[in-house]
Amino acid sequence: MNQRSRLSLIVTQTLVLSLMLALFGRLFFLQVASGLKYQSAALSIQSRDIVNPAIRGAITDSSGIPLAMDRPGMQITVNRSAVDALPDKGSAVFAQLGKLLSLTPAQVFTKTRLCGELAIGLRAGCWNGTRQQPIPLTKLATEAQALKVLENPTIFPGVDAAPVPIRSYPALAGENAAHVLGYTGVVTDADLANPNKRYYLNEVVGKSGLESVYDTFLRGTPGVKTLIVDRKEAITSVSQNTASIPGDNLVTHLDARLQSAAEKALSSSVQRSRSLGYHADSGAAIVLDVTNGAVLAMASYPTYDPNMWQKGLTPAQAKDLFSTTSGVPALSRAIQGEYAPASTFKSISIVAASAAGYNLNARYNCPAEVKVGTGLFKNFETKSQGNINLTEAIAVSCDTIWYQIAFDQWIKDGGLSPHPSLNDYFFNAARGFGVGKKTGIDLPGELSGRLPDRQWKQAYYDANKNFYCNYGKRAKPSDLTPYLIAIAHENCLDGNKLRAGDAVNFSIGQGDTLVTPLQLVDMYAAIANGGTLWKPQVAKAVLTPAGKVVKTFAPVKNGKIPATSADISFLHTALRAVATRGTAAGVFANYPIEVAGKTGTGQVLGRNPNGSAKDDTSWFVSFAPAAAPRYAVVMMVSQGGFGASVSAVGVKDIYSAIYGVVGNKVDPTKAIFPSSGPVVALPKVDPKYAKLPAGTVKK
Amino acid sequence: MSRLLGDGRRARTFRDNISGYDKQLNFAVGALLLIGTLLVWAATRQWFASQGLDPQYYLKRHVLNIVIGLLLAYGTTLIDYRLLRAYTPFVWGIGVLGLLAVLIPGIGSTINGARSWISFPGGFTLQPAELAKISVIIGMAMLLAEARDKDSAPTHIDVLKALAVALVPMALIMLEPDLGEALIISAAVIAIIGVSGAPSRWVIGLLLLGVLAGFVAVKAGVIHDYQVKRLQSFVNPSADPQHSGYQLRQSRITIGSGGIIGRGLFTGPQTNGRFVPEQQTDFIFTVAGEELGFLGSGFILLLFGLFFIRAFAIASRTTDIFGRLVCIGVIAWFAFQTFENIGMTMGLMPMTGVPLPFMSYGGSSMFANLVGLGLLQSVHLRSR
Repeated sequence: MNQRSRLSLIVTQTLVLSLMLALFGRLFFLQVASGLKYQSAALSIQSRDIVNPAIRGAITDSSGIPLAMDRPGMQITVNRSAVDALPDKGSAVFAQLGKLLSLTPAQVFTKTRLCGELAIGLRAGCWNGTRQQPIPLTKLATEAQALKVLENPTIFPGVDAAPVPIRSYPALAGENAAHVLGYTGVVTDADLANPNKRYYLNEVVGKSGLESVYDTFLRGTPGVKTLIVDRKEAITSVSQNTASIPGDNLVTHLDARLQSAAEKALSSSVQRSRSLGYHADSGAAIVLDVTNGAVLAMASYPTYDPNMWQKGLTPAQAKDLFSTTSGVPALSRAIQGEYAPASTFKSISIVAASAAGYNLNARYNCPAEVKVGTGLFKNFETKSQGNINLTEAIAVSCDTIWYQIAFDQWIKDGGLSPHPSLNDYFFNAARGFGVGKKTGIDLPGELSGRLPDRQWKQAYYDANKNFYCNYGKRAKPSDLTPYLIAIAHENCLDGNKLRAGDAVNFSIGQGDTLVTPLQLVDMYAAIANGGTLWKPQVAKAVLTPAGKVVKTFAPVKNGKIPATSADISFLHTALRAVATRGTAAGVFANYPIEVAGKTGTGQVLGRNPNGSAKDDTSWFVSFAPAAAPRYAVVMMVSQGGFGASVSAVGVKDIYSAIYGVVGNKVDPTKAIFPSSGPVVALPKVDPKYAKLPAGTVKK
Repeated sequence: MSRLLGDGRRARTFRDNISGYDKQLNFAVGALLLIGTLLVWAATRQWFASQGLDPQYYLKRHVLNIVIGLLLAYGTTLIDYRLLRAYTPFVWGIGVLGLLAVLIPGIGSTINGARSWISFPGGFTLQPAELAKISVIIGMAMLLAEARDKDSAPTHIDVLKALAVALVPMALIMLEPDLGEALIISAAVIAIIGVSGAPSRWVIGLLLLGVLAGFVAVKAGVIHDYQVKRLQSFVNPSADPQHSGYQLRQSRITIGSGGIIGRGLFTGPQTNGRFVPEQQTDFIFTVAGEELGFLGSGFILLLFGLFFIRAFAIASRTTDIFGRLVCIGVIAWFAFQTFENIGMTMGLMPMTGVPLPFMSYGGSSMFANLVGLGLLQSVHLRSR
């Protein structure tokens, strides 16, 4: 062998063995280093999960009456493997199904396609699940439709009918509670992508309200059957098969009858306001247990039927939920409506004045108007009350006393050139009552209201300075009135400063101050119970279907209001005087329950879509019995007019339901709660809510 | 017969032959054949059973192919390979005729885009390229080993003649087109020329020419669309996810999911679910990857390693230049084909349709492989 030949042989040999080594290295990388990754990739190729939904836990009131529960529906499903195997790929079946269920064959076709099988844009109504799972056409079939399917397998090959759970809000006491309970819906792609949640395709989950907050308890565990399929989607084996576990029941502090009564009182207050000529576009009513923050009822107007989602929301209904012409029914006014508290704020002003050293038992002048700086601030009805004590000032809701006090304090804090260390008695008192801070209620979407203190002023100015300073260029032509231009100019110059007008407006709950009805009733509950701000809670306990307690929700303290016991006892007297000889005296004349409360009539800037000026916000916030308070009740009617004639009457209706007041007498048999207050013991929740009643249709 | 066996030597007995073989080489091939048989069975039994067909259909045919192949291999070892020279023009001629025949419509049948098969009644098919491959190796070895001393190198004329022998069948194979077979022959051509002692500029020149030809072929559209797609999907598997990209992805996942110890013979869900197309032929290694894991498929690589070490030993030991060149041609053929096939299943190489030697299902290729083994053993027997 010559030299070159020998060398070539060695080179070839080295090359071939290196190639083999390269294969070995690659094999090691694929199987040993990345084996787990490829195993999970292979599993997702081969496995198909069939999800058997769990019965969702019921949501009940404190006595065990279901507010939300699963009820049996009748589902008609199409088995794709069977239908695809038909010579016509199922087109005859789809035509028959369309006739049976009042759908077009094209609709049936789309509903039985996996979303990936259809072009983007044609996917509306497609099936977001697997091919192996029976594909539902409807959950609300009638028994007759189901029987037709089951009795004629030759007409409906591959079609089946079986009972399924449907979320239902039975309204057994006539209650609605839509905003509190929320609703359920099919899990979104975003939820599916969340690795912490372990949802399955098409699983029904809570979307809003209690259904969403307590979803983990209510949901249960769906049964999962994992099939191993081949490339043609034929089933080769079953790798796991677990039964579903029903979800736990949620017991709330709500009382179905009280909820219903509060809703009726609210809606009749709205009607009453409208009959008085006000717009009365929306409203809210809340009942709290002042001893622990338990939410006994929470109503919002306008509302919607929570069963609407299960029936299949039509586009028109969906639009209506958020349309301003129908009053945005989707919004819960109790926790998502922010309004100026108006005169109801004066209880806070009492605490502020007391902290500033004013004698609560002294007499103060209540003139018709007070000159503050260059402006003239008038009493609500431009009436002078003369020299009165503060109890009377609360009872008759004098404004000018507060203008004077707030103006004096503003001057003491340095006026337009504030001192480095400020007393800010009014802001600090409001902050202590929780103005501008969420209560933390166990419902989603709560708003925080607004405390328009000096920091807020500065931040707001920084954000809007450019607008005010270029008002001529940026404002709508219709807003270019001499008055508004002057205001804009003023705002441009020193809009970051707390002006005298801001300070005095704040003291009577007007101006930029906003609270939610829930915040306000929580503050009055604190006044009622001696100073504790409770976190309002709807949930009371979670029970297993068998009745075992999983979790109880203990009351949570949010803090103490910054009031001395003298302030609180003063307020008890003064707020009781409102109902005996003050602004609400007419409403509560001869009423057998001693109610203490405060009216509020909040001015609202701006205009309605039809151009009319906005009507005042009508408030009445209260607690009872005045001597030993147990309940705090608020009602707010947006654009409702006067506090007394609209909301105070509504609140009285709610107390009447609680205590069983008929005429001017208490009838204990009509009372919702016994004199000892709401039930403390946990109810027995009927175990039938954890079972789907057997289907009436048999094959 | 005696003339065929040549040189007045005593005819070799069966016993002589068996005892004279390179036993490790036989062990490696035997083990690969056995494992391959199990894998072909594993790849097809559930699939056929689910279609209501005989689950042992492929197993039986594969075993039949092996038996025929082993008889061919034994026959090859009986012939003194040195006498083959005399018949080389004849073998080469048949190979070329076969390649011409597949191009005639009605005789040649098209599978996977290449017109490479001649169909016979009874469902049997033959791939003339497999035969042509052997004739090219022997023909080139003959021309480059002829009429020279042990230490002299082939002349340029010899090299040109040898290239001409290779070029005709290669051109016909490219017409089918069967890129895989053409590349295998190219590898054998370069290896034979290199080891023949021909000037090294031939080897370098041919390698450069190969690269250039590939480039021009893609640009000029000589290479078919599906081949370009295969190459694209090698570079970017999502380019053609439904076809070649899908196949490569599934192939890699199937091998990777085997892990260290594998999912167990006959129990691989990817294999039983037929997620890898062509699994019993070109993608047989994925069955090993999934069901036998790193231990099993690593063992297969070791067997191939042993095969090549023994084959190189035979090539080095023989004093006969012709024998050595035949060996090196066979080695280059098997080495390229093994690397290309297994590399393709693991995403190291682009997709070309070449089967895995000794393991893939397929008659022509199995026959050719075992004749190749016969050639190696024949050289071994006669170099002692």
